[in-house]
Amino acid sequence: MSTATLTSSNAPAPADVKPTLLNALTSRLVIIVPYVWLVLFFLVPFLIVFKISLSQTAIAMPPYAPTFTLGDGIAAFFSNLRQLSFENYLWLTEDALYFNAYVSSVVIAGISTFLALLIGFPIAYGMARAPLTIRPLLLMLVILPFWTSFLIRVYAWIGILKPEGLLNQFLIWTGLIDQPLIILNTHSAIFIGIVYSYLPFMVLPLYSTLEKMDFSLIEAAQDLGCTPTRAFWKITFPLALPGVVAGCLLVFIPATGEFVIPDLLGGSQTLMIGKTLWNEFFSNRDWPVSSAVAVILLLLLVVPIMIFQQAQAKAQEQGR
Amino acid sequence: MKSLGSIRRSFAPWTDPSAKPYIVFENVTKKFGDFTAVNNLSLTIYEKEFFALLGASGCGKSTLLRMLAGFDEPTSGRILLDGQDMRGIPPYRRPVNMMFQSYALFPHMTVEQNIAFGLKQEGMPKAEIDRRVADMLKLVKLEQFAKRKPHQLSGGQRQRVALARSVAKRPKVLLLDEPLGALDKKLREETQFELMDLQQNLGLTFVVVTHDQEEAMTMADRIAILDKGEVMQVATPAEVYEAPASRFVAGFVGNVNMFEGKVAARDDHTARITGASGAEIVVENAGDAVAGDTVAFAIRPEKIKVTSRRPEEAVNAMEGEVFDLAYLGDMTVYYVKLSDGQMVKASALNSARITEDALSWNDRAWISFKPDAGVVLTR
Amino acid sequence: MNASWSRFNIASIVLGFAFLYLPIVLLVIFSFNESKLVTVWTGFSTKWYVSLFNNTSLMDAAWVTARVGVLSATFATILGTMAALALTRYTRFRGRVLFSGMVFAPLVMPEVITGLSLLLLFVAIGFDRGFMTVTLAHITFSMCFVAVVVQSRLMTFDRSLEEAAMDLGATPVKTFFQITLPVIMPAIVSGWMLAFTLSLDDLVIASFTSGPGATTLPMKIYSQVRLGVTPEINAVCTLLIGVVAMGVIIASLVNKRREVQRVRDEQAAQRG
Repeated sequence: MSTATLTSSNAPAPADVKPTLLNALTSRLVIIVPYVWLVLFFLVPFLIVFKISLSQTAIAMPPYAPTFTLGDGIAAFFSNLRQLSFENYLWLTEDALYFNAYVSSVVIAGISTFLALLIGFPIAYGMARAPLTIRPLLLMLVILPFWTSFLIRVYAWIGILKPEGLLNQFLIWTGLIDQPLIILNTHSAIFIGIVYSYLPFMVLPLYSTLEKMDFSLIEAAQDLGCTPTRAFWKITFPLALPGVVAGCLLVFIPATGEFVIPDLLGGSQTLMIGKTLWNEFFSNRDWPVSSAVAVILLLLLVVPIMIFQQAQAKAQEQGR
Repeated sequence: MKSLGSIRRSFAPWTDPSAKPYIVFENVTKKFGDFTAVNNLSLTIYEKEFFALLGASGCGKSTLLRMLAGFDEPTSGRILLDGQDMRGIPPYRRPVNMMFQSYALFPHMTVEQNIAFGLKQEGMPKAEIDRRVADMLKLVKLEQFAKRKPHQLSGGQRQRVALARSVAKRPKVLLLDEPLGALDKKLREETQFELMDLQQNLGLTFVVVTHDQEEAMTMADRIAILDKGEVMQVATPAEVYEAPASRFVAGFVGNVNMFEGKVAARDDHTARITGASGAEIVVENAGDAVAGDTVAFAIRPEKIKVTSRRPEEAVNAMEGEVFDLAYLGDMTVYYVKLSDGQMVKASALNSARITEDALSWNDRAWISFKPDAGVVLTR
Repeated sequence: MNASWSRFNIASIVLGFAFLYLPIVLLVIFSFNESKLVTVWTGFSTKWYVSLFNNTSLMDAAWVTARVGVLSATFATILGTMAALALTRYTRFRGRVLFSGMVFAPLVMPEVITGLSLLLLFVAIGFDRGFMTVTLAHITFSMCFVAVVVQSRLMTFDRSLEEAAMDLGATPVKTFFQITLPVIMPAIVSGWMLAFTLSLDDLVIASFTSGPGATTLPMKIYSQVRLGVTPEINAVCTLLIGVVAMGVIIASLVNKRREVQRVRDEQAAQRG
């Protein structure tokens, strides 16, 4: 797999100098070492997940059959191969639980992403128009929560959203309501949790595109007869679109597979695929089925992940 | 024989057939993918010469420099330095040093450390390094800035640090990539002379890449004019200006008027050129043009006289109309439209405060020039 | 100077930051609550912090987390820096598309998938789960974050610095250690800090890949949260937030001071 052969590099690199064997090795080491690592600990594990998803549950350790060991020889390998089946995937289609979990994951992630955009855009916009001197501070304030533990930030909301929690205490105290609102263990709590946790991911790419924008464009548009609202939709939004796309993907992709938020805030009623996978694995100890769930989750996210990757590659091209 | 104006007549090894060339480019070609940056180029540079590579961006001048430094290898051809073939020798083993366009000062090192960097790589004893660094700082007048970091220096100071760093190792050849490109105009003019002094005092061979013709003319002993990876002409600044080898060179260096025509008659001394509209020009510097050749007669604006009447003694004179004029203080520039429609640019020094023969827009005017004022270009 | 910074802009920033910070502030406040109830303020007390330090299993988990964090961040920084160099310096090598895919994908990969796949790998090769497996897992996913941070610095790196060093006689290896590495060091340091925090915060991947005797702090917190909200957890969380926030604030203050100094130097250089 480690076929990191250097052909020619476009940039006049020092590697253009006739390489001695040692030079060639050291310069390729930089590629080979992380390459091998990622193949070993990122790519191979996926292949294993895929393989196990085709296996059968067994009461053993590891709890699936067949297991492949190198000692068995080629013949055993092929006879084992014949035992693999798509049974687990059929099982996923038969049981409405899984289908519903997939659909509700996508719906919840989609709604949360939209809400995050709605909340994040004015923040990013305000930051981009803030005086230059305080922008670094604002930027740091957006990034800071990202450094604090995800688990802690989600946990903080439990105390707020509980029926006897701080939010209800406050609302009853103001007289707006007299009965506590039930928020915890509903979808609303998940929306709040996702928006809260992933807001920095939305604000940062938005801010970086909006910051580069020349605000005299809006003045020019207004000078030419555009109303502020029209100027926003005709000028600001199209120019911020790369940031909108990046932000939405950065929220949507991890939110779809989210486990901690639905588990802590959504209660037992909520179906989300990350949680289902976790339960299949830890509670039911059904490794093949949880592998199949993982494979389908991945397939579900392949398209957005590829869009994200392409956007990254594009940004990289522009950066050089 | 009449000679072209030049300052350092004594230093001219290129005119001496027995002089040994120091740097030789031999049929060098460099391709980047499909793009040919340098095309079958040959060039010789002599020891202690101040040699300039002049051309527009993308003409291959920087590629030549980078090949000499060892950052790029020629696709074909050879580069010889002091008789040694440089192929396969990495940049860190070549006896040449380079001053980078961006200066490339190491941002995490002080001025001192930057200058000492190359000496440390040689494994020079510390005392010797200190002495050499002190010398260099003195040379570029930065003694009191030794402990500063690059970002604490002004642009001109950074340029001098880069210079000191690149000459600290006493390289055989110093390569300078647009050495003055990042400086403002005033500083650039001062620094040009500093560089020339430095080159004289240290007795180094300088190869400088520039796109600024004035810079090349001021500093260099010889200039190579490059276009699309090929050498157009190699000559002294005066030769390049007064005797360009081709239409490209004439047009590239300075302002020029070109008259296209055919050689009607040719003898040992003069040539008679007939223009498309029938006007005739008598020329003394006809080079190798023979009768019947399609040629261009090139003449610089300052060698053309503009008068309201035809000068009686003039051999070459044409009538036209003052189309435009610009008074620049020290001189006046005229654009005269000839009867065949060609526009001619002429400039006249304002050597007197008041001229009797003042010309204005739309006046009839005569342009005139001597037979040896321009050159005939066959290429 | 910026008249266009309207009231609407200010309001959205203030509300946005209130949303981001209020929950954390409340959490910190209630870690000093006298009562066992997290939501009713009865008086100031630090008793939960005292009981925290007497909770040996919690302290053990903290120690495991710290060791995993330092170890995995260090290796992730080395590997991530190498990956960043490979991506920026070698524009063409066989399998580059796959390589860059493997570097960027973990950034957005749901943690449950990363965790599950790594666990299945360790089981398949018969690797006993524990401290080592958590560390390996954390190296793998955080090296990609380091790679992105270092890569963005390398893209603005002036290659002529390296050429100048080689021109002055430094071999490629010396050039790397004397020029390239010192210049990109700030990015590498922030990459390390990011990797360390990611490891410190991770629950899902650790839960999959950890084994007996290697319970990390987030795992411990999670198992207690499932039993209910207590001021003791608030206290742990407050300490964790404090540690991370302190690190980030110090780092950015140092950066800021360096920046101010640089600007001042540059102005002085312009004058003199």
